[in-house]
Amino acid sequence: MTVITRRMAIASSLGGLSLLVLRPQAFATPTELAGAIAEFTGGATPQRGRLKLDLPPLVENGNSVSVTLRADSPMAPQDHVRAMAIFTEQNPQPNVATFRFGPRAGRAVVNTRMRLATSQKVIAVAGYSDGSFWSDQVEVIVTLAACVE
Amino acid sequence: MVRALINCPKTAKKGEVIEIKTMISHVMETGYRPGADGKVVPRDILRRFTVRYAGEEIFSADLYPATAANPFISFHTVATQSGTFSFTWDGDNGFTQTETVAIIVT
Repeated sequence: MTVITRRMAIASSLGGLSLLVLRPQAFATPTELAGAIAEFTGGATPQRGRLKLDLPPLVENGNSVSVTLRADSPMAPQDHVRAMAIFTEQNPQPNVATFRFGPRAGRAVVNTRMRLATSQKVIAVAGYSDGSFWSDQVEVIVTLAACVE
Repeated sequence: MVRALINCPKTAKKGEVIEIKTMISHVMETGYRPGADGKVVPRDILRRFTVRYAGEEIFSADLYPATAANPFISFHTVATQSGTFSFTWDGDNGFTQTETVAIIVT
């Protein structure tokens, strides 16, 4: 066992302090997340349902995670999904991607690949042509995080 | 010009819902990551992806740094008429690339 000297204690506390100081804005805050969702919905609060966010619950590599958005909609001219977006709680920015469709999309399904900086909650929101917003969220555990630092 | 892969059926029946898969070679540098010299590498991402079918915009995506490198996007559309799909990616540092694919609808 090593004896902790006064010098070591000071050095380690300084190291800890500098870590705190040198990491400004490494992660998006919940307010930024709420702000990003509000910007997408125009202030409306999304309801749960009608949208399925498919994401593996255990992610081995956060640099490339396959994510599928599947909205429940007939995609008819009078009733279709206008836009879908993915948000994260703790990536440096809350936005991941926003997709825009028309009734000609046929099926409101999109698949893409995203980055995850850490284990967190991923939220998807879909905006319908009648002005309603629906969402789904998934908690993911990330083993190897995408490099942000 | 960088390599872009587009997987789209060459022929389709009228009214059929087809799936189109696209992927483009791009680093999608986030702007949050330090390089070998310790300085943060400037952001270099694709910001927008637009698909037009016979001149009409049918799908678009706004991308952010959290989109993985070599962005892959798959989506659907209804085959309405023979024509061309044009896929455009726009990004930082003046990046722009357009690819076209023809489809025959019977």
